[in-house]
Amino acid sequence: MTTTALRRQVEIVSPTRQRVMGIVFLVFGFAIWLIFARQTGADQVTTFALTPGGSEVVLPDWRVPSAAALYALAMVSVVLGGVQLARGFGRWTNLVLGLVAGIFIFGFLVWAAADKSLNLGGLMNTTLVKAVPLTLGAMSGVLCERAGVVNIAIEGMMLSGAMMGALVGSVTGSLWLGLLAAVAAGALLALVHAVLSITYMTDQIVSGTVINIFATGMTSYISSKFLQVYQNLNNPGIFQPWPVPGLSRIPLIGPILFNHNLFVYATFFFLILLHVALFYTRWGLRLRSVGEHPKAADTLGINVFRTRYMAVILGGMMAGFGGGYFTLGSVGRFDEVMTAGRGFISLAAMIFGNWTPFGSFGAGLLFGFADSMASKLAILQVKIPSEFMLMAPYIATMIVLAGVVGRAQMPAADGLPYEKE
Amino acid sequence: MADEQPEKQEKKNAGKILLEELTRGPSAEGPWWRRAGQAMLIPVLAVVSGLILGALIIIFTSEEVYVAWAQSPLLGIGAAIQVVASAYGALFAGSIGDPVRIITALQSGDELAIRRAFNPFLESLVASTPYIFAGLSVALGFKAGLFNIGAEGQLFVGAIFAAFVGYSITGLPAIIHIPLALLAGALGGALWGFIPGWLKAKTGGHEVINTIMMNYVAFRLSDWLLSGPMKRPDSFNPVSPTIQESAMLPRFFEYPIRFHLGFFIALAVAYMVYWLLFRTTWGFTLRTVGANPSAARYAGMNSVASIMVAMSLSGALAGLAGTNEVLGLNHNLAMAFSSGYGFDSIALALLGKSHPLGVVLASLLFGTLRNGATRMQVVAGIPIDIISVLQALILAFIAAPAIIRTIYRLRVPVEAEEGVFIRGWGG
Repeated sequence: MTTTALRRQVEIVSPTRQRVMGIVFLVFGFAIWLIFARQTGADQVTTFALTPGGSEVVLPDWRVPSAAALYALAMVSVVLGGVQLARGFGRWTNLVLGLVAGIFIFGFLVWAAADKSLNLGGLMNTTLVKAVPLTLGAMSGVLCERAGVVNIAIEGMMLSGAMMGALVGSVTGSLWLGLLAAVAAGALLALVHAVLSITYMTDQIVSGTVINIFATGMTSYISSKFLQVYQNLNNPGIFQPWPVPGLSRIPLIGPILFNHNLFVYATFFFLILLHVALFYTRWGLRLRSVGEHPKAADTLGINVFRTRYMAVILGGMMAGFGGGYFTLGSVGRFDEVMTAGRGFISLAAMIFGNWTPFGSFGAGLLFGFADSMASKLAILQVKIPSEFMLMAPYIATMIVLAGVVGRAQMPAADGLPYEKE
Repeated sequence: MADEQPEKQEKKNAGKILLEELTRGPSAEGPWWRRAGQAMLIPVLAVVSGLILGALIIIFTSEEVYVAWAQSPLLGIGAAIQVVASAYGALFAGSIGDPVRIITALQSGDELAIRRAFNPFLESLVASTPYIFAGLSVALGFKAGLFNIGAEGQLFVGAIFAAFVGYSITGLPAIIHIPLALLAGALGGALWGFIPGWLKAKTGGHEVINTIMMNYVAFRLSDWLLSGPMKRPDSFNPVSPTIQESAMLPRFFEYPIRFHLGFFIALAVAYMVYWLLFRTTWGFTLRTVGANPSAARYAGMNSVASIMVAMSLSGALAGLAGTNEVLGLNHNLAMAFSSGYGFDSIALALLGKSHPLGVVLASLLFGTLRNGATRMQVVAGIPIDIISVLQALILAFIAAPAIIRTIYRLRVPVEAEEGVFIRGWGG
């Protein structure tokens, strides 16, 4: 424990990292100036609409003089970069990095929507909605990997959850039973993952691959054999949005945060629950110890196998719940391979979020933003192809993993099967 | 005398090690066929078990069986047997050929009929070809201790490169154009493999995550290319122009047989991979780095270079899989043509125990299944996706041989099972 803590501290204040960060801030600042600001005319105005569609609380539009705003943003970034190079922000470095990234994204929006109108409220709304399955999937990964079991089968678990949710929801006519089936499907596959990788000590990536291939094949099989033939087996309906009384009427924040269906609220709930459980309870300490140093945990009387089984199955339930979102919370029907790689983006979000629930949520928001922005680019007639916007999360994850911006801190025993001596 | 003996012993050992590598058998005793049999035992049993479980899935998802069961259990069992027989019968006829049809065609002497009768078998070879390349790609990675889960993306980039060289360069004779396009495809895949390899060697970023990420970057890249710069001008669909005739891999028979040169290229490449891995110093280095990185480091082997080269080669092989599809079959590049070779190839490498010969055999099996499944879907109404389920089951049994041992009550081999591949995310 002490070595990890020490390493973390050393890393944050290390002069190389300080310099790299400073340069990163400067690059962001100059990018805003060179790419965005210089292309923007002095008299252009960016209009941000702040009211998501369908909201009752209407806010006036926010009009920003584009060029002036961009120069100001570039200036702030450059100044922050300079301070970082000269003095360093120490333990606030990551926070400042987030700030600069935010400034860059805002600058991008100001530039992209110059002389046009962009619905910022709507954008934030879709970002949150798109982040929901990613965050749920990433939390599934956090649960498994904190206990030392790599889970690349999030995709397969989500897909199965989506299909079972649709099937059972349609057959029983109850959304809640459908949701239960989705969670059960995820748990079942997680059990297979646990048996293969914990009991039989199969390579965890292989085991995950087995589940992914199986889930893709099985859901497509059942889908084309039954769901497409009998339409009434694939019509579960969806959980309707439920505005939180009072809170949903707060301007801007209300419609974005408090006018959603079950899945969004559940994500918030699980986020807080998982964070507290992992980092502030004995249960969480035990779970993490199994992922960091299973031998030591075993010596102290913690049942490594049982803890890992529990973590993986809980993770599977979380992924199954996230899968249920696709059918019961969003589309209301199952289509073949409808998760479309979101399970793998979840994996990326988990790494990006440094194996923590809130980090995963932040990464999920970032990826969700890239996704929702990609569809807006065409409307705004921006020259950047939307595909590049969609590539950004993956490239960003690789950069994070490479340790250029910050060192990813994975559980020490992640991916290693435990063998009792 | 005393000086000679250890040398002699060492030579013998090297030969023995090689044999064990070849067969991967638990013991090196007995004639070669017994050793081969031992090495093949688990894979064969895994395939058989997979087919049995697949049959059960088919039975439990067929309405006829339930209807018949409601009348009487005997009828139910009869219906179950009939369903499985019709499904696997169609699978066989679709992948190997219908014997009756072959005989009648041969008797009639009609050339088109003969070609049609033999087509299923040759089409299976066609379907196996990309599997061979992709399986070799993953197997080569395994040998170097790398888990290349990104064959899918490398395959795409290889296909992009090959298609571009295929349609953009005109006026070359086939003898130059085809190798050029193949090389371009391999280069594209190698580039896509090199990046995660470089990241792994230099920063320790785990190749599993990086190759997954590279997959999605490749998909988006091809989305963009095919709807923009590489789009066929006269088409509404995201598809590249057709490649020049000089870049098409020659086909050996007339319509409808699509069997083309790619299959033999795949076999040649498989031999090259075998030669490279087991007959060269470089291959020895690579396998040592894969089997025991610290030993390799102490022996003064350059593991950084080895990792980068292995990932690049692995990528090049996957790139050839995509190239083969473009130059041999489709003759253009369409969006999402790959249908999951990337993940299947992991199953292939494991089924073939990461040995080129094993991979070729496993690929022939998977290609045959995949090809026969098309007919099974049409004739017996069993969705083609059952093949993925079968592959997953086979892979599970291969990956956890203890399950097979328990089912069939096999003895545990003297030697330990093949080790774990990954050593944590951080590498």
